[in-house]
Amino acid sequence: MKSQVTRREFFATGTGVFVFFRAEAPQAQQPEAAPLPGRSPFPTDFNAYLRISEDGRVACFVGKVELGQGAMTSLAQCLADELDVPYDSVDMVAGDTGLCPFDMGTFGSMCSPMFSPVLRAAGAEARAVLLRMAAERLDAPVERLQVKAGVIADPAQSKRVTYGELVRGQRIERHLEKVPVKAPAAFEVIHHSPERRKDGLEKVTGKARYAGDVILPGMLCARILTPPAHGAILKSLDTSAAEKTGARVVKDGGTIAVLHERRDVADRALGLIRAQYDRPRTGVDDQSIFDHLQKTGPPLEPAGESGSLAEGEKLAPAIVERTYLNSYVAHACMETHSAVAQIEGGKVTVWASTQAPFSVRGAVARALGVPQENVRIVAGYVGGGFGGKSAAEQAVDAARLARITGRPVQVVRDRAEEFFFDTFRPAAVVKIRSGLTSAGKIALWDYRVWGAGNGGARTIYDVPNQRTMFSGNWQGGNPPGMHPFDVGPWRAPSANSNTFAIESHMDVLAAQAGKDPLEFRLDHLGDARLRRVLQSAAAQFGWKPGTAPTGRGVGMACGIYSNTRVAGFAEVEVDKASGRVRVKRVVVALDQGLTLNPEGMRQQMEGSITMGLGYTLSEEVHFRDGEVLARNFDTYQIPRFSWLPKIETILIDNPGAPAGAGGEPPIITMGASVANAVFDAVGARVFELPITPECVKAALQRG
Amino acid sequence: MERTITFTLNGKPASVTADDERALLWVLRGDLGLTGTKFGCGAGLCGACTVIVDRQAVRSCSTPVKDVAGKRVLTIEGLEQDGKLHPIQEAFLKHHAYQCGYCTPGMILNAYALLLQTPRPTEAQILAAMDDNLCRCGAHVRIVAAIHEAAAAPGGAR
Repeated sequence: MKSQVTRREFFATGTGVFVFFRAEAPQAQQPEAAPLPGRSPFPTDFNAYLRISEDGRVACFVGKVELGQGAMTSLAQCLADELDVPYDSVDMVAGDTGLCPFDMGTFGSMCSPMFSPVLRAAGAEARAVLLRMAAERLDAPVERLQVKAGVIADPAQSKRVTYGELVRGQRIERHLEKVPVKAPAAFEVIHHSPERRKDGLEKVTGKARYAGDVILPGMLCARILTPPAHGAILKSLDTSAAEKTGARVVKDGGTIAVLHERRDVADRALGLIRAQYDRPRTGVDDQSIFDHLQKTGPPLEPAGESGSLAEGEKLAPAIVERTYLNSYVAHACMETHSAVAQIEGGKVTVWASTQAPFSVRGAVARALGVPQENVRIVAGYVGGGFGGKSAAEQAVDAARLARITGRPVQVVRDRAEEFFFDTFRPAAVVKIRSGLTSAGKIALWDYRVWGAGNGGARTIYDVPNQRTMFSGNWQGGNPPGMHPFDVGPWRAPSANSNTFAIESHMDVLAAQAGKDPLEFRLDHLGDARLRRVLQSAAAQFGWKPGTAPTGRGVGMACGIYSNTRVAGFAEVEVDKASGRVRVKRVVVALDQGLTLNPEGMRQQMEGSITMGLGYTLSEEVHFRDGEVLARNFDTYQIPRFSWLPKIETILIDNPGAPAGAGGEPPIITMGASVANAVFDAVGARVFELPITPECVKAALQRG
Repeated sequence: MERTITFTLNGKPASVTADDERALLWVLRGDLGLTGTKFGCGAGLCGACTVIVDRQAVRSCSTPVKDVAGKRVLTIEGLEQDGKLHPIQEAFLKHHAYQCGYCTPGMILNAYALLLQTPRPTEAQILAAMDDNLCRCGAHVRIVAAIHEAAAAPGGAR
C-alpha cells in the first residue's frame, strides 16, 4: 500500500472530497446501520477514489481496511477493470482518514456488496471523462477511440495519448452523469483471480507495517493497569516500586499507566504496581449464564411471523421442542489491539489497528476535545479483525497518554488484556417449538432466541405457521447486567448462533419424519439459488441418502447471509471413550452472486471453515463474577494445523447477480454441520457449542 | 545484568547493551527496529515471534537476549538474499499462504527450521512441526501447500 501522492498535494487539489462525512461520527463500538436507499454515505466525486500520475500509475484511495480478507486486491481489481488500466499499475491507499474518502467501517462483509459498486462507478466515470479529454486532444470523435491499459488510441490517425499524459497527477475537473459500469461479459480483471494479492510481498518479507510497528523518535510504550474483573473497583494503589524501574507513572481519571521507551521495562513496571480491588460477586458464570440471559434479557420482540401458531399446533400431532446453547466466543486476532499516537502542533495522528478509522477519528477528537479535522487515523495493515476491531479504545488511550506525556505513545495490549477487553460474541439460548404434519412436513415453527440477535433468526424454509422472536442483540442496547462484559460483532454476527440452532433442528425434525436430511431440506426449500448450492455441495461430498444416525458421521447445514447462499457438509470421527470429535472432511459450496476475486473468495471459504472449527469444537470464554478466565492461548483454544480436515470449496459462478457478502457467510454452517455429523456418527445429539469432549460424553449418556 | 551482547544478526555483526534478561523479541523490535518479528502472546504459545537461532526455531518472546550471545540470529528481514526471496517466501506468495499476515513471519521461519532439519517432510511432519504456530484467519491449508512446494524447490532447505 504505497501512495504516489503526498498528503499535501492531495489536500491542495482534493477539496470537496470530505463533504459527505457525517457531522457526528458514531460510537466506535456500534457499527452503523446500512444507509438509507438513495443516500450514499460515500463521496460522489470520483477524484476521491483515484489519482493518476504522469507515469500512469493509479493511486486508489479507499476508507476500507485490509484485515487479511483481501479487500485491497478485490478493490484494486474493480478500479483497474472499470478504468481499463493494468491491475499491477494500481497502488492501494487504505484506511487513512487524512487521505481516503469516508467509509463507515470494514465490517458486515460490505466491501463487495456495498462499496465495490461505488468504486466501480468512480472508475467508469473517470474512464468516460478521460475518453472525452482524449477526443479533444487527438481531435477525434469519442466513438472512434479505443482504450487499453491506460492508453487511448485513435486507429484512424495512428495517434495515441496515455491517461498519465492527459491528467499528469492532477484532479480531473469534469464529470459525467450515469456512466454504466461494465457488464460481466466485458470483465477482464474483475471476476478473475490476480496472480498476486496486493499485500503479498510486504507480508512475506516482514515489511508490512501494523500499528504496533510504527516507531517514532522519543516514543514511550505504555501499559495500562487492568482490573482483575469487570465491575471491580480500585481500593488502594501503590506505584512506588513501579516508579523505581525508571518508568513514568500516569494517573489520569480512572486510567493508571506506566510508560517507558522500552516495552519490556514498562511490562516489568506494570507487574510491580500493587493494587487492591473490591470484586463484584454477581454469581454469574459460564454455566449459569444461559438462565441469566433469559431472566435479564429485554422482552422478546418479533422478527417475523406468518400463518398462525395455533393453526400449526392443530396440524401437528406431536410437538418437538428443543433448546440450543452457545458460549461467549473471543475474536483472538493474532495482532492485539495496538495504536501509536503523536500530537504535533495541535494535530493528532493515531496509527491504530481498527476496522473503523473514521469512527475512531470521532472518538479521539471527543476524548481530546479537539475538532475532528485535527485528527488523522491511519489504519495500515490490521492483523485480523472479525468484528473485534470495530471498537478501538486503545487509540483513545494512546492519544490521551500522548497529550499527557508530550511524547508519542504506543499502546499494544498484551494477550490477557486482549481477552479481557474483547467484545465477545454473545452467549445465546435458542428455544424452538415445532411440529410435523402426518405427511412429514413442518407445520409449526416457534423460534425464540436470547442473546444472539435477530440476524438469520428467521427460518429460510417454507413453513406455513411460524413466528420468530428475539431478546437482546450483539449491537448493544442490552439491559445493564445482561452480559457480564461487552459483546459485539463476531464474524457473521447472530448468524452462527441462529444457523446452529435452525440447522440442528432441521436434522432433529428430519429424523422425526424418518427422512433423509437433504431430502427433508429440499422438501421445504423454495430458494432456487440455495437449492443449487445445497445440491452442488451434496454431489461433491458424495452424499448418500439415509436416515440419521447412519453411523457414517456425516452432516450438513445451509443458510443465507447477506444475499450469499452457503451450504456445508462435514464428516467426523467420534471417539466414544474420550468424547473427542475429529472433523475429517468439509465441503462448502457458495453462491455469492458476482465474485470479484474467485481465488480470494476461496481463501475466505477455507479460512471460515478452519476458523469455524474453533467455535464448533473448542472456543468458549470461561468466566466467573466478571473475571475473564481466558487469558492466553492455553486457556482459550483456537484451531491448529493438526485439526485440519480435508477442505473442498465450490464456488458457484453467478456473475449476473449482485455481489453478496464474501468474508462471513461460509463460517455460519460449521456448527450445525458438525453437530449433525456427530449425531449421525453416534446417535446422540449435542445441543450446545462448543462440542467439547465432555459435552459429547454427556450426550452419549443421555442417549 | 546490563552488559553488551554481541551476536550475528541476519549475517551481520550486531551488539546491544542491555539488561541481558530482556526478551530477544523486545530487543529486536525496540532496540534494533526489526519489527517483522511480531508480538502475539508473550508466553511462547502462538509462534508469531519465531526467529531462527543457530538453525533452530525459537520463540523470541521467551528467549532472554543473553541466550543468543555469540550465536547466529535470523529474522524475517534476513531471509531474502541478494534481493531474491527465499523459496519459502516465494511459495507463500504463490499459494497466498497468508491473510492478515501477522503470523506470517513466524510461520515462514518455523517452516524454514523444519526444512533445515527435514528437507522433504511428509504431510504429518509438517502438521506436527507447525502445530504450535497459530493462525486466526485460517490460512493453514495454504501454508501446508506452500511448505510442500518450498521443500520441492531448489534451495528450499538452505
